[in-house]
Amino acid sequence: MELLVASAVGALTAGGVYLILRLRAFAVILGLALLSYAVNVFLFSTGRLAVNKPPVLDGYTVTDFAAYTDPLPQALVLTAIVISFGMTAVLVMFALGAYLEVGDDKIDMQAPDQPDQGATARDARDPEHEQIKFRFEPKERDV
Amino acid sequence: MFSENSLLAIIAILPFLGALVPGIMIRAGRNACASFTAIPTVLALVLLGALAPGVMDGTVYRYEIEWLPQLGLSAAFFLDGLGLLFACMILGVGLLITLYARYYLSSKDPMGQFYTYLLLFQGAMLGIVLSDNILLLLIFWELTSLSSFLLIGYWKHLPEGRQGARMALTVTGAGGLAMIGGMLILGQIVGSYHLTDILAAGDQIRASEWYAPALILILLGAFTKSAQFPFHFWLPHAMAAPTPVSAYLHSATMVKAGVFLLARMWPALAGTDLWFYTVASVGLVTMVLGAVIALFKDDLKALLAFSTVSHLGLLTMLLGFGTKEAAIAAVFHIINHLTFKAALFMTAGIIDHETGTRDIKRLGGLARLMPITAVIGTVAALSMAGFPLFNGFLSKEAMLHEAAHTTWYQNSWIVGTLATLGALFSVAYSLRFIFHVFAGPPRDDYPAKPHDPGFGMWAAPAFLCIFVIAIGVAPFLATPVVKMAAEAVTGQDLTFYLKIWHGVNTAFLMSVAAILGGAILLVMHRHLDRIWVAAPRPEAKAIFDRLIAASVGSMRGLTATLHHGAISRYLAIVVAVTVALGAIAFTGGTMGPVTRDLTPVPPVVFVGWVLLMAAVAMVVIHHRVRFRALVVIGVIGLMISSGFVYLSAPDLALTQITVETVTILLLLLALHFLPKQTPIESGAGRRTSDAALAIATGVAVAALAYSFMLRDFSTISDFHLANSKSGGGGTNVVNVILVDFRGYDTYGEIIVLGIAGLCIYALMEALLNGPAGRKLRNADFGADRSRDRHPLMMVVATRVMLPIALMVAVYIFLRGHNQPGGGFVAGLIFSIALLMQYMASGFAWTTRRKRFEYHALIGFGVLIAGLTGVGSWLAGRPFLTSNFGYFEFPPIEEFELATALLFDLGVFLCVLGAVMLMLYSLSRLARHAGETVNQEPMEYDPSLAVRAPSSTGKGA
Repeated sequence: MELLVASAVGALTAGGVYLILRLRAFAVILGLALLSYAVNVFLFSTGRLAVNKPPVLDGYTVTDFAAYTDPLPQALVLTAIVISFGMTAVLVMFALGAYLEVGDDKIDMQAPDQPDQGATARDARDPEHEQIKFRFEPKERDV
Repeated sequence: MFSENSLLAIIAILPFLGALVPGIMIRAGRNACASFTAIPTVLALVLLGALAPGVMDGTVYRYEIEWLPQLGLSAAFFLDGLGLLFACMILGVGLLITLYARYYLSSKDPMGQFYTYLLLFQGAMLGIVLSDNILLLLIFWELTSLSSFLLIGYWKHLPEGRQGARMALTVTGAGGLAMIGGMLILGQIVGSYHLTDILAAGDQIRASEWYAPALILILLGAFTKSAQFPFHFWLPHAMAAPTPVSAYLHSATMVKAGVFLLARMWPALAGTDLWFYTVASVGLVTMVLGAVIALFKDDLKALLAFSTVSHLGLLTMLLGFGTKEAAIAAVFHIINHLTFKAALFMTAGIIDHETGTRDIKRLGGLARLMPITAVIGTVAALSMAGFPLFNGFLSKEAMLHEAAHTTWYQNSWIVGTLATLGALFSVAYSLRFIFHVFAGPPRDDYPAKPHDPGFGMWAAPAFLCIFVIAIGVAPFLATPVVKMAAEAVTGQDLTFYLKIWHGVNTAFLMSVAAILGGAILLVMHRHLDRIWVAAPRPEAKAIFDRLIAASVGSMRGLTATLHHGAISRYLAIVVAVTVALGAIAFTGGTMGPVTRDLTPVPPVVFVGWVLLMAAVAMVVIHHRVRFRALVVIGVIGLMISSGFVYLSAPDLALTQITVETVTILLLLLALHFLPKQTPIESGAGRRTSDAALAIATGVAVAALAYSFMLRDFSTISDFHLANSKSGGGGTNVVNVILVDFRGYDTYGEIIVLGIAGLCIYALMEALLNGPAGRKLRNADFGADRSRDRHPLMMVVATRVMLPIALMVAVYIFLRGHNQPGGGFVAGLIFSIALLMQYMASGFAWTTRRKRFEYHALIGFGVLIAGLTGVGSWLAGRPFLTSNFGYFEFPPIEEFELATALLFDLGVFLCVLGAVMLMLYSLSRLARHAGETVNQEPMEYDPSLAVRAPSSTGKGA
């Protein structure tokens, strides 16, 4: 079991890292989602694995600590899951905003010696990718 | 309660409070503004006067307010002789400057601003001399750098003003940084940051091996502030400031701060060879160099600036000698220099004001035209030259006496000779100030028609001249003040008499030589000036500018290399470095023995694992097909939720599966407006190296997790298990941790979530009102969507489910304290129930039935949670301590009510509000993109479709 959890965490991390190194915002968002899973499961696993020992007490006083799994990582992970949703939402918003304002969802800035050619040039370069056809030329970006 | 000691804190705070006044009073006119500016200064002086008799008797007043005791920082003030002298100088001259500036500043200058800066600066200076805590002193020290920047750059329309201000800030700021290091070392040596403790621990400090670094760093701070060679160059450039500022900064305050610090630290640091050779030598060099340059400056203020540099060198040298007599001479000269130099600066300001020029070569013959100014200027300048019967003579004599008796590296004459040389040049430039400005026939080519200014303008320098002459004629008047301050500097009882006539001794002969030599130099000035102008000399400003340009250039290069806009590269670097650090730690450390057995794996779990791994692989391989990747991500979330169920984490499973739902919804909504495909942009090499890095990271994390899970270590979890029921009143330990044990964390987290929600809302507002909104309205989003956007079955099903779903949410919420559930999960379930309505019945239909704003929910949530926390204060317990009790309600049997439930309600509302606000904001995009909105819940009217098959329904 431990092996399975560890390998899952490893696979999620590897997949997440690979995706966040891509050049488009959507891939990075997917990668961050995978990394969030990995981190959450990793944190959870620091409480060690236990089957059928939920941290819900069945008596007033606790005598046998071994009858329950570690509740602390669970509490930490619970909020982490919710917060990572918030983070994903904000990132998605950034990606959307950037895409709508600039015309593509690349995450890297243009090199200074290759000035931004505007959406038209990019459309020509990559006709299938660009789905929004703007009737107005996008405003020049401030440098 | 209101002791004499607490007056100290009031004195220290008065100028800062007063700094707020001019900004308001400027509307009442310039006179009112100046008068009100004077009030805090006068008040502080009066309070100081109340304490003065005690200080003269040897009392040291102390007042301390704890601030950050963990850091050793407290707002501690103390007042001894030295502090009293400096405080009186700062406030007294501050008052005179307030008066002088009222008449000096023209009606175009923003006077309220000036007085605010002035009082800020005054407060900072006062803080330095009153601080009993060296950390507090450092704060005030930096404040003087900052506020003097504002003062020097007051005429911000002048490039010289801006450059001078920047240079002063750079030099004194850099010195201040060095001094922070030095003071921290000093505090570490002594084990206390209290100045009184440090001053008492002189022997311990000097014996410490950290003495040299501490001394050098502190001296860097003092030397930069006091414009000692080679940092002297900023001071003349600071002359671009209005003259009242120059008069204040360069006579009584700013530059004296360094001298003050040397004097203050004298008992702790002085007396070693290192101290003598650095401080005395630097002072000597500065004194001579400043005096020589001053002679050849044609700008009146530049002449005075270099003369100030020279006199600061003199003071530094005297303090560097490390003897009691030299310290007395230094204290005496501080007073004298203040009186004549402030008067001279103000005189220069009057001349500039009245004639329109400060260029000595264009002046001369002003004695007839401006007799009052001429008298004031002559008296002050003669004192600066060190002529008998003026106060400058007395302290210069004392200085020469000390210099003549100082041996520098087994050489008994060099200090005396150089000091005489400095005095000689000092006489020369002082006489030049008199003869080239006031003497001679009046000219007719002044830029303006000169005449004496009004009383208001010459009152302040004239007042100072009274001191110049009074002390010069009757030095015993100054004895008690000098004795008080000098005893505070040296920390010893001193007996001495200040006299004019000591007989024909070495010092007198040196003085005579200086005066005669100075007179000869002045006669030869025209000739010497020609040689000086022709001779090559290093231009400090050019060197400084080049240095700054070079460092800015190199930093810009470094930044451009490191931060060149490729986020994927930064991420790769961060990941690689993290993995490398982990690997180093892993190979360097030792692993404990394995103490736990592996848990067995049932077949179902194995199937789940295979699904999970396959899904991860699918996402990575197919991430370019974005919809597919999203669907597969859902599989991963589902498997992880199942894993949580199996591994005894029911709360996590509930949370994960609900979050999963809203995340996928969110991403789907976003994807509608994003490209559906990711193009291939990186080459095979790049992808291979990225994959290698990713696999290395994955393997490392897997190994870490695996080794972690097989070892036991002590945790604090047992405490939570043991106290959950008895202390928190709940049996679901995870929930009790969230709302009770670590409630403060949770409180922070819901606030973060709320902020994220508001942030998205705000971003969306900005986006829709910006160019993106215009583009959206003109964009063509394809028509590949179903005509039947709101299917009958789904609308009916969601309507039926709504009350059930809400009921489930309430149930999950209420049972959360004892069974899996709670505010987070309930909030998410509630949001999903509402989202279903949005999806099934449409945006407009649902929005119209929404009776509350999502922002308000976030606000109420945080408020309720916070108030619950505050409520425990009423019970006399710390923030967020929960309280609970058991109550009987007839239909239900025993029922537990806990304040934690209220807190959880806050969590619930906040989560609900944030999640809904996020998704609601995103769906507004669709409205802007011109998507029509159904007016009825089921816009696809079947009967209509039967009658007219070509119709697509109204509004679709």
